[in-house]
Amino acid sequence: MSLLQNKSIRVSGGILLVTAAAALVGPWISPNDYLTTNFDLSMSPPGTTAAHWFGTDELGRDLFVRTMLGMRVTLLVAIVASLVSLVIGVAYGAVAGFVGGRVDAVMMRFVDTLYALPFIFFVILLMVVFERNFLLIFVAIGAVNWLDMARIVRGQTLSLREREFVQAARLTGVSTARIIFRHIAPNLMGIVIVYVTLTIPQAILVESFLSFLGLGVQEPQTSLGALVDAGVKQMEGASWALLIPAGLLATILLCFNFLGDGLRDHFDARHVA
Amino acid sequence: MSLLEVKGLSVTYGNASVVDDVSFTVSRGESVGLVGESGSGKSQTALAVLGLLSPQARLSGSIRFEGQELLGASEGALNAIRARRIGIVFQDPMQALNPYLRIGRQLREILARHKLAESADIDARIIAMLKRVGLPDAERQLRVFPHELSGGMRQRVMLASALIAEPDLLIADEPTTALDVTVQAQILELLEDIRDETALLLITHDLGIVAGHCERMLVLQSGRVVDEGATTSVFSSPGHEHTRTLLAAAPRIDKANIPLPATGASILGVEAASVSYNAFGRERLQAVRDVSLSLRSGETVAIVGESGSGKTSFVRALLGLIPFDTGRAVYAGAPLHGPVEQRALSQRRDLQLVFQDPLSALNPQMRVQAIVEESLLVHEPQLRAGERDERVIETLEQVGLSDAYLQRYPHELSGGQAQRVAIARALVLEPKVLICDEAVAALDGSVRERVLARLRKIQEQTGLSMLFISHDLAVVRSISHRVLVMYMGRLVELADNASLFLRPRHPYTRALIDAVPTPDPIAPSIKAPLQGEVPSLLHPPSGCVFHPRCAYAAELCAASMPSARDIEGARVACHRADEIDLRRVRPG
Repeated sequence: MSLLQNKSIRVSGGILLVTAAAALVGPWISPNDYLTTNFDLSMSPPGTTAAHWFGTDELGRDLFVRTMLGMRVTLLVAIVASLVSLVIGVAYGAVAGFVGGRVDAVMMRFVDTLYALPFIFFVILLMVVFERNFLLIFVAIGAVNWLDMARIVRGQTLSLREREFVQAARLTGVSTARIIFRHIAPNLMGIVIVYVTLTIPQAILVESFLSFLGLGVQEPQTSLGALVDAGVKQMEGASWALLIPAGLLATILLCFNFLGDGLRDHFDARHVA
Repeated sequence: MSLLEVKGLSVTYGNASVVDDVSFTVSRGESVGLVGESGSGKSQTALAVLGLLSPQARLSGSIRFEGQELLGASEGALNAIRARRIGIVFQDPMQALNPYLRIGRQLREILARHKLAESADIDARIIAMLKRVGLPDAERQLRVFPHELSGGMRQRVMLASALIAEPDLLIADEPTTALDVTVQAQILELLEDIRDETALLLITHDLGIVAGHCERMLVLQSGRVVDEGATTSVFSSPGHEHTRTLLAAAPRIDKANIPLPATGASILGVEAASVSYNAFGRERLQAVRDVSLSLRSGETVAIVGESGSGKTSFVRALLGLIPFDTGRAVYAGAPLHGPVEQRALSQRRDLQLVFQDPLSALNPQMRVQAIVEESLLVHEPQLRAGERDERVIETLEQVGLSDAYLQRYPHELSGGQAQRVAIARALVLEPKVLICDEAVAALDGSVRERVLARLRKIQEQTGLSMLFISHDLAVVRSISHRVLVMYMGRLVELADNASLFLRPRHPYTRALIDAVPTPDPIAPSIKAPLQGEVPSLLHPPSGCVFHPRCAYAAELCAASMPSARDIEGARVACHRADEIDLRRVRPG
């Protein structure tokens, strides 16, 4: 398949698959769990005890299992939030762009209004109303990201609608549904896929940021962002507690960005020849 | 010593060689043409001279300007030569001028960079230059942004910026390709005027331009020089097969096998059609006004005119993509009205359109087979897959493509192949009327000839009628039975091919014909037949809209608008059509 000819897709995609697999099976293959505390082994560095591959934190909890679990949460939040923004954003943007006129104007002014809400304020408000809840993170991130997606898809649809191949289809009498399905949607695919791969790292960052502020995932649950937050507090005594999750976070972010770049090149190459 | 001496120049990108061992010289006061089809490496050669190729390009050989080696020279050394010693004019002036800077500022930059004038004299010098290149109201133009100018005016500014430092060599890369023929003639005349001051390296695909303006020429094919010599001798005894192909493909307006008049019954009629658009504020822009036309079956009617003449608006309204304001259209006895979505399927099937740019007219995500068969799915849903495939393959064969192309994507096709796929898509339903909107304008000469020959053959076999929009009169001459000339949305003249070209009745028709360069170095070169540009459609001139540019305008012409009338089989909208004889006279 030609997707794999692109080096940055191949390498970053491979790394992401490996990390995702590790996040899934890691907690099972480790003899430890994420809750058990062992104060005798508190803050032991990696390699000193055979059972604790990434060492332990100040409560003596196994950092390997916690990191893998944190990665699970981070990836889950990122993917779910991106899917939420994908579904809402594409549907909303495509309708606004294709119908056009007044409908488009009203729909896009609504988006503009939501844009004007300050994000952190919005999250804190949600927390106050619904109390701290894992689901809220999805809602908060998705609620912000779909706005960008809707704008991008709308703009693309607007310009596609005027393209000559769409006019040619209209002229021969191809139905509107088929035009959207066969002519508009496939040509949106490229930019949408690329944009999704670029919103995933954004969602990860936002989740980490929220957790870092203490607004995200709550103890004893964890995420990479929460682990970094905890790691910062013990940075002097236990640098590994910061470096490992931070390194993984950076790797995942970089890989998603490279994947997005690679996909963009791939789809560009098919358009421009 | 030659001014410019290029020796064994090669340019490669990775493994792809785009220029291969090209050598030529340009002496002072000389004008040299570089001719070739797209991809022949002619522009790459020009850019290499100025060191403007992308960093990925690998160059070898030698480029000497007055003995100084330019290949591998430092940016600083090149900058001292660019604009100051060698000026360049590109194809698209909108791309070449900075849209955020006023014209005056862009020209001042050049003079200041090369310290060519005292600051007090700079503006005077710029104004003098702008006047020299024929920009009206030069003082005011200093404060104007590029987008406020028309394409022709922008190209004049571009030329002014190339000439203002009084370079020894001017490189012009397809300087008139984006312009209307009448404006092209004006720009070429300007290039001719400055020949005493500077040598010229002219890059073009148009043999007519080379014939009229270059003493020597080189023919490039796939990056190699295949033919070179004095223009007259290359034209009279071409030394290479490719040159002969190019010459044979160059359409001649003066010698053409023109089709005999069609005799079929009228199939499509348009009466007094008008189209207008909303312009800024409350104004209406009248794009088409009172145009009537009837098309016989098996007939090709060409529609010609400068940009903004309303050709495209006219056919788009006919197809129902935009509404007619007034007037009516009849197809095969039934009225054509309403937007395309509300028209009967049979009507939509019988009227098909081919666009100018095949790459934007073909869905990049669909394979050739899917593109061609789509309309069959709509109009003949009863066909089984096998039958449909057969129809697709048959139609592709009709346009000269084998079934090897079925599974290709548009970007895997060349321009000519893609346009043939677009034509196949239009033909697969066996329409009665094919509307071609500049359908061959984007194609290279030899490819264009093949596509036109295909269309002629299909017309012979199937009795297809065609409306053929084109700005290229030489093409129109060779393919159409009748020609409709439009100017500012109005019918100017409608006549048989033979009588229109041999005995034009309207001064505008005469001017359009005269503006076409002849690919024959011995043919006398003529002055630009029209000065100035098409006025704004928002504020059309009084009376006959053409009178401000017309060499024959009388008092009456400014006062009242002429209505179209029949003179010996031609339909002409000119007050003076009876009095003036345009057969051989050339005004100005």
